[in-house]
Amino acid sequence: MKASAFSYARASSVVDALELLARHGDQAKVLSGGQSLMPALNLRLSAPELLVDIGAIDELRGISVASGVLRIGALTRHVDVLKSAEIAKHAPLLTEAIAHVAHPAIRNRGTFGGSLAHADPASELPACVLALDAVILVRSKDGERRIQAADFFTGIYETLLASDELLVAVEIPVAKPNAVHFFHEYARRKGDYAIVGLAASGILSGDVLTDLRLGYFAVGDKPMLATATEHLTGRPVTASMLADAQAALDAELDPQEDQQASVGMRRYLARQLMARCVSALLERPDLETKALA
Amino acid sequence: MNDGSEKQPGLSVLDRPNSYIGKTVPRPNLDRLMQGRGQYVSDMVLPRMAHAVFLRSPYAHAKILNIDETAAKAMPGVIAVVTGAELAKVITPWVGVLSHLKGLKSAPQHAIAIDRACWQGEAVAAVIATSRALAEDAAEAVLVDYEELVPVTDMRTALDPDTPVIHADLGDNLAFERNLDAGAVDQAFKDSDEVVEAEFVFGRHTGVTLEPRAVLADWNSGEERLTVYLGTQAPHMVQNIAALHLGLDEAQVRVVCKDVGGSFGIKVHIYADEMATLALSKLLRRPIKFVADRVESFNTDIHARDHVCKARIGVSKDGTINAFEIDDVTGIGPYSMYPRTSAIEANQVVNLVGGPYTTQNYRARTRVVFQNKNVTCQYRGVGHPIACSITEGLVDLAAQRIGMDPIEIRRRNLIRDDAYPCGSPSGLKFEALSHHASLDKLVAMMNYDALRAEQAELRKQGIYRGIGIGSFIEVTNPSAAFYGVGGARISSQDGVAVRLDATGRVICQTSITEQGQGSESLTAQIVGSVLGVSMERVRVILGDTDNTPYGGGTWASRGAGIGGEAALQAAKVLRKNILDVAAAILQAKPGDLDIVDNAVVDADGGQQRIELHELARIVYFRPDTLPPGFQPELMATRHFVPREYPFAFTNGVQASLLEVDPQTGFIKLLRHWVVEDCGTIINPQLVDEQIRGGVVQGLGAALYEQCIYDERGQLTNANMADYLVPMSGEMPDIDVGHVVSPTLESELGAKGAGEAGTAAAAAVVSNAVNDALSPFNVTITEIPLTPRVVLAALGRI
Amino acid sequence: MTDLASISLTVNGERISAQVLPRLNLADFLRDHLGLTGTHVGCEHGVCGACTVRANGDIVRACLLLAVQVENASVQTIEGLSDSGEVSDLQAAFRDRNALQCGYCTPGMLMAAQDILIHEPQADREQIREHLSGNYCRCTGYHAIIDAVEATARARSEQAR
Repeated sequence: MKASAFSYARASSVVDALELLARHGDQAKVLSGGQSLMPALNLRLSAPELLVDIGAIDELRGISVASGVLRIGALTRHVDVLKSAEIAKHAPLLTEAIAHVAHPAIRNRGTFGGSLAHADPASELPACVLALDAVILVRSKDGERRIQAADFFTGIYETLLASDELLVAVEIPVAKPNAVHFFHEYARRKGDYAIVGLAASGILSGDVLTDLRLGYFAVGDKPMLATATEHLTGRPVTASMLADAQAALDAELDPQEDQQASVGMRRYLARQLMARCVSALLERPDLETKALA
Repeated sequence: MNDGSEKQPGLSVLDRPNSYIGKTVPRPNLDRLMQGRGQYVSDMVLPRMAHAVFLRSPYAHAKILNIDETAAKAMPGVIAVVTGAELAKVITPWVGVLSHLKGLKSAPQHAIAIDRACWQGEAVAAVIATSRALAEDAAEAVLVDYEELVPVTDMRTALDPDTPVIHADLGDNLAFERNLDAGAVDQAFKDSDEVVEAEFVFGRHTGVTLEPRAVLADWNSGEERLTVYLGTQAPHMVQNIAALHLGLDEAQVRVVCKDVGGSFGIKVHIYADEMATLALSKLLRRPIKFVADRVESFNTDIHARDHVCKARIGVSKDGTINAFEIDDVTGIGPYSMYPRTSAIEANQVVNLVGGPYTTQNYRARTRVVFQNKNVTCQYRGVGHPIACSITEGLVDLAAQRIGMDPIEIRRRNLIRDDAYPCGSPSGLKFEALSHHASLDKLVAMMNYDALRAEQAELRKQGIYRGIGIGSFIEVTNPSAAFYGVGGARISSQDGVAVRLDATGRVICQTSITEQGQGSESLTAQIVGSVLGVSMERVRVILGDTDNTPYGGGTWASRGAGIGGEAALQAAKVLRKNILDVAAAILQAKPGDLDIVDNAVVDADGGQQRIELHELARIVYFRPDTLPPGFQPELMATRHFVPREYPFAFTNGVQASLLEVDPQTGFIKLLRHWVVEDCGTIINPQLVDEQIRGGVVQGLGAALYEQCIYDERGQLTNANMADYLVPMSGEMPDIDVGHVVSPTLESELGAKGAGEAGTAAAAAVVSNAVNDALSPFNVTITEIPLTPRVVLAALGRI
Repeated sequence: MTDLASISLTVNGERISAQVLPRLNLADFLRDHLGLTGTHVGCEHGVCGACTVRANGDIVRACLLLAVQVENASVQTIEGLSDSGEVSDLQAAFRDRNALQCGYCTPGMLMAAQDILIHEPQADREQIREHLSGNYCRCTGYHAIIDAVEATARARSEQAR
């Protein structure tokens, strides 16, 4: 199990990387942390002609906060996100979620941008950026595009990122004082990809939720922002509202069958997660108990 | 004056001052392994060595119409591309049958497929290149024309008339069938107050040794000798088979086994691709190395289990178990594995069901069928987890039906501890087992009553905990009854040679092998104890057919019980020989002397008379000073094989405490207990860790592990990410206790312990899950117990 | 550009310069080029943890890193950690507890264990189990490994007092 032969170029800057991508297009692959790409190369599931290693581009690294926006450089490693005080303060959902991403040795190499660009529908971070209403910054020789997270993911391992573009950073509005979040995934073993997962954020005023964003993952070919939230926001949630929301969720889900779960099981677990989430955000255990009864 | 033996009445050769027996001492080989200084076959490099990569069939069943290797041969670094037909000129095919498994049939299997590939992953050509990467590049350029054939994948329909026959010459897809009818089964069921039936389903799984299979074959045409470096559990078996099929004399083959990165039965076999590697070395006259990659491991390391078994139990209201009956089917792939065959597991299931219990009414049928999937064969606990899951599952179902506690029904039916020797309805002979003592100890260890109370309390809060119990018996120390009587040249005896070297140190050569169980340690412990020599002065050599006595190796929980006894007997002879020399030097009587702490001492009083290094100096360098005509023999060899009992049965009982989330189907293991009786315990820590490791492999089977094939015979999860094995995060702590009933067949008294953990782990998890789900009136008799299985059983999805 | 690339780095404190093909991963580089066979290859797709080494102080999967990516890096393998004595107490705890059988996972396991001992010296049993979850062991059932790491954590924290 050895990778096919490829050429390798270490980009010295974003400009350099974009030059290489412009020149080699579809024949090239961007090597960031490599934690998804390398297994694919070793298994010969992917055989690019050229790897453009962006690992040495320091300008792509780092976490900063300015004007109410949290910016995470594409090359920021999972471990750096996990340990960041800024993230814990301004996007605590990420702190919680990232602990579920694989294992320490993987988190020491895997990058935030790499995970988004890879767009595995079962991975945590794409759903998180949906829930956090993030903007994804991509650059090509022709300039920079700002893509709403909700538009970015287009299918299994597919995004709006063109072959000559580089994901450079993610911008997330900093959490408001009354923001709440929820993260849970059902995975067979610690660190495994989820069978079904949910990353959620919202605003809690008294006993009313607003701006509720439910980012589901492993429920289809891409992470999904549930629209069923309309049943849950703007007024105190009742058991019947939750049931309506679950029914609406069911209608918008299009899950796939795999070795871990049937379509029905995914729908079932997604409904469960909704109940758990709403109940946790509102600190209303009764809702969960009723929903699961 | 008393001689030594009279002074210590009742003590054996092992009950000596500073004996290591029964003591936890660290294994001598650990530091090497911990420092990264082990030497595994995958680490080895030889001059002129080339790498073999096998091109493998992408189809489960296909005719090979044409192989075009032209482009591949022209690629950089490529030394040769060899097809099955070319290789068949240097290696003959084999048929995996044993004569004592009456009716077992199989088809000739080639090292590399010639006309037809019979499972996805069967090698159809070999590419030999200067590096693995270059060989893989070239393998992609070998063009094979296949004609896909209809694959036989479902074992339930493999015998149907409209299912294609995989090997036309065999007439049908039935490899083996065994029927057993003991006692008066029909009457017993008629007399029962309740008869409970269930269908038990066992997923196919595999060993996942962390080091994949690896072989380095070195044909030296100057010596006309083949040296095989192989991570194997049975070097002499490999020597025999390699010679047989390569047309060599056994003396022309040396098998060397260095460090082995996990075996568990996976490496007790010799695989077609390994045989091909040996043949390639002979063909190309240079060292050839093959290391399976992980995908190849999943596709070609033997699989195991894969049984569907209809079973029933008859029980009276007072808890008396009246009868067991099973009807088992298992799919073994397209060939019976060579040389141990793929019928052994099913045969074991028939042998072992009902084994711990008194009832003599037992009917069984098993059918072993061919299919176009990877071969199955012996893997840790052969047949035990299946027999135990069926038996213990039925016992719990019966208990539940009559409203009896699972402990109580076992107390009423387990063979009494004073009933031995006795036999089972399937003809097994039991020398001495301790089911009741073990169960009593388990109940105390786990604080059973308190757990039941806690369980009831938590259930009121909607928390569903389950407690599962499972008694088991384990086959260990197999005699020739296992393979030898069936015509296989797989030795059931082991030999140990012990010698005192010129510096007073001890060198011990043993035919058992080490894959981490502690063979090296237990041998040194026994030899050191018997000789009165400290362990650090004992060096153990294993795993080399040129340099060890002939023997079976390490499998079927036989290393300690058989190899250990050979070591004991050899050390006894050497001890006597040393004392004879000492008596000659000291002009004393041998009976007045003893060896303690590396020196000959007065048996009476312990006063030191001569150090062993001084004795050795005299023997080797100044024999002229010894009495005329006296010839010292400072090397002794002894062999051992059990003769009275075909197998030394052990027994034990396990328990699992777990929690099931009925909302999600997830199972959380909380605690696991084992009480086990392996007779004399040489090193408690080694035994406990064998048990724990075995348990976790059983837990893997219970919850995670499964080779998932689709209807076309494609293995769909042949990678580490999709084939789930237990990781540390989900595994519980495991408490281990012991009862000791030594076998009287050997002076050592040791029975095996390597498979006890695996035997009952899945059974007790299943029982615990059913216990947890009892308020929902749900019974699951299928493993792995995935969330999907649990949710489906609960009717939630 | 599929040609050999020059890299220089330090491995276990030793300066290394080498010519490597881009596709060569760090595990194979350590094993085949430097003879550091203590770094084991178990799956080659980043799951089993047997090839865990340290790069610039962080534990990483050597099979998921190209040799060309460790240009200028400082890499430490089990041979280095053993020779420097950094993990001698951990190794002693593994020995006392028989926390290894075949030993194939052990170098990677020691790397991962030392990592949690450094970063979370007060880790409890559950945390140790979780941290080591990326490292498969097929022999021990993990219990003894967790015991050994826990004992080392306790001993180190007592020493630090």
